Amino acid sequence: MGETIIVDYNVGNICSVENALRRLGATYCLSGDPARILSADHVILPGVGNAAEAMRRLREKGLVEVIKAVKAPLLGICVGMQLMCNSSQEGNTACMGLFDVEVKRFPDGLKGEDGSRLKIPHMGWSRVSSLKSPLFEGLEEGSYLYFVHSYYAEESPLAAAKTEYGVTISSALWRENFFGTQFHPEKSGDAGARILKNFLDL
Amino acid sequence: MAAKRIIPCLDVKDGVTVKGINFEGLRNVGDAVEMGASYAAEGADELVYLDISATQEGRKTFCTLVSRIAERINIPFTVGGGISSLDDAARLLDAGADKISLNSAAIANPPLIEQIAGRYGNQFVVIAIDAKQCNGRWMATTHGGRRMTDKELFSWAYEAQERGAGELLFTSMDHDGTKQGYPCHTYKALSERLSIPIIASGGAGNAEHIAEVLSSGGADAALAASIFHYREITIPQLKLLLRRRGIDVRL
Repeated sequence: MGETIIVDYNVGNICSVENALRRLGATYCLSGDPARILSADHVILPGVGNAAEAMRRLREKGLVEVIKAVKAPLLGICVGMQLMCNSSQEGNTACMGLFDVEVKRFPDGLKGEDGSRLKIPHMGWSRVSSLKSPLFEGLEEGSYLYFVHSYYAEESPLAAAKTEYGVTISSALWRENFFGTQFHPEKSGDAGARILKNFLDL
Repeated sequence: MAAKRIIPCLDVKDGVTVKGINFEGLRNVGDAVEMGASYAAEGADELVYLDISATQEGRKTFCTLVSRIAERINIPFTVGGGISSLDDAARLLDAGADKISLNSAAIANPPLIEQIAGRYGNQFVVIAIDAKQCNGRWMATTHGGRRMTDKELFSWAYEAQERGAGELLFTSMDHDGTKQGYPCHTYKALSERLSIPIIASGGAGNAEHIAEVLSSGGADAALAASIFHYREITIPQLKLLLRRRGIDVRL
């Protein structure tokens, strides 16, 4: 494995991503330097907090065009994935448009399969299905992964995984070298570690 | 849907777990990191670490421990005990905690919930309430149930939610330690009134108790300490039983 860059754009706590990479023995570095991002073997776009705020910071650091130009495998996690979509209802922001998908807020009053009221944020372990992409190699259909979010990427032909939470959401997206996961692989136990390892092996 | 969560709770004093025995293959029985890692490997969905140190020194040790836990454990974990300011919360977040739980400090200073949730998000703040029944009303207590407060459970839980708490951890001090089961009606009433997830704690004596609170009690998660620490039931055994009862758990 060569160097993995975690894109640094001041979005708060990313130590769980760093810890997960360390557990996998990956060489990684936190950087906002365009040259390093463009020459990395793997790029991870973390995301915590508000999408509009995160987009503002990416623009401020001049990183939007840099990320779009990345040729190496790039993985956006949670809000990181949402920023790769067309736009987000969170703060009504335009996003990077790497995935032709819209990000919406979960409507109130969602019901689960058993008729129970679903809570927002969607927090906890949910199943992923319709798995495709090399990220999910070795994972079973219906594996449980850890989610924390109030906004979701709508269903799409680009979905590499789907999850039911009152509506069907794209829990992972994939186009060429661009990957995104709504769940947190770094917090999803052994299944999540496998996904990160699959990514680093690309 | 999200699966119902099973959460072992580890009490830590001066960096060492207080309860716990007989983890097979575990060299250091009191090691909080190794115990948590064993639970994670067995299928725990989250962990809670409670700092019960009484000294400044112990608190510092705890923060170092939190960094070690974050390095080792690949599931979410919550830390609690003695958090009384935004700075305390920030230190634990920086050390790698996914969530913090607030108890007495939130009772003494309710705006603390807004401060922390406003800064780090609702999902970061768990409001813990230890309550007991008094003249037919559930009242929040502090100091392990020894001190009664003027906060009524339902109104305080609702207030905490409105101030930004992302989850409620409710322990009945009347049931805690009895191993007779949870007050399921109270959990049910809480889950109907609140929109945030509810974690049941205190009273589990066996797997059936946990099945009951997760189904008829409407709780989203169950937290327990001694039944796991003393290997009265293992997490895989518990989850298999819950599955057989039709409860969605991660296996």
